[in-house]
Amino acid sequence: MCTVCGCAEGETKIEGHEHEHEHEHSHDHSHHHEHDHQHEHEHHHVHATSGDQHHHYGTGPAHAHAPGMSQARMVKIEQDILSKNNQYANANRRYLAERGILALNLVSSPGSGKTTLLTRTINDLKATTAMTVIEGDQQTVNDAERIRATGAKALQINTGKGCHLDGHMVGHALEKLAPEDNSILFIENVGNLVCPASFDLGEAHKVAILSVTEGEDKPLKYPDMFYAADIMLLNKTDLLPYLNFDVEACMANARKVNPKIRIIQVSATTGEGMDTWYSWLAAASQLATIGN
Amino acid sequence: MHEMSICEGIVQVLEQSAAAQGFERVKSVWLEIGRFAGVERSALEFSFDVVTRGTLAESATLNIIDIPADAWCMPCAEPVDVMERFDPCPKCGSHQLQISGGEELRIKELEVE
Repeated sequence: MCTVCGCAEGETKIEGHEHEHEHEHSHDHSHHHEHDHQHEHEHHHVHATSGDQHHHYGTGPAHAHAPGMSQARMVKIEQDILSKNNQYANANRRYLAERGILALNLVSSPGSGKTTLLTRTINDLKATTAMTVIEGDQQTVNDAERIRATGAKALQINTGKGCHLDGHMVGHALEKLAPEDNSILFIENVGNLVCPASFDLGEAHKVAILSVTEGEDKPLKYPDMFYAADIMLLNKTDLLPYLNFDVEACMANARKVNPKIRIIQVSATTGEGMDTWYSWLAAASQLATIGN
Repeated sequence: MHEMSICEGIVQVLEQSAAAQGFERVKSVWLEIGRFAGVERSALEFSFDVVTRGTLAESATLNIIDIPADAWCMPCAEPVDVMERFDPCPKCGSHQLQISGGEELRIKELEVE
């Protein structure tokens, strides 16, 4: 089982990358089912101290099978559940830092206009800036094809049943995509405002995209995501005349959750506000190239 | 449903600990879950049952220790309790809060044999 991938084995597909890790799950537990289970559960807090490291049946004190002695023991592990993902994410972060690549994790609901925003950004900046894209969706390579139509390199990851990208998938995608030094890497996460908040990919910033067709209280409904994002793009502002959307209330809600969030209003269709987004991109990209 | 991948992560940690510390079965798992860890308790319990089937933790009891959230209020310059990320400071009403606890997602200890 590829544990860090949030999906059953074989569900995740990275274009051109066959997921063929050798999972050595040797399930040959030698269960000596001869416990004197008197359900006393005396939690003998036998912590894993040096002398206790090899507490196998047959070698440890449990071997004695003294009447009434429980085979059970307590093990303190105090381990972060997402530590494995964080290790992959940190490896990605190092890889990116060494190459001066700015990586942005784009998160939003489905249909907020992420891909349209990206294609417009790439078309407007491609003359001066190198950009690559990792596309995350449950199924289809449609989004990667839309990006490739702009001439930019893109790689699709299908997460299958999974609801988010993780550090491991992005690590493999980086090997395959090999973005050039000092470029910008956009990682378009699966459209989902819940799960991607918990999984670090090694990005410099999470960029939350919210469209004005969605309702101004979305930052309050999905606070974890808006807390995790450094920047929010309020998209589809060209539709504001036709909607009852209170821009000020929406921005206030985002700042309630995250006082530091930077908000840019854009329309990827008309281009309104896009220059501000490009200025931010240029500044962030320059920062990524300084030091390592 | 990222609770499913979280449970797969738990099983992976259990398998590694089993190899390192020489146990074969996990009878109980204690998790520390912060209020802001982004984990839904019932979804986690359901996923844990499903994911542990056929593993060393099959039928293990899952115990969840809730960790409350707290924050640092900038204007008050002191720690305050919050229930939600968008809560104002209960003392001064400001939203200038920095979350300082409640994001834990940790395996605390195991009962093994």
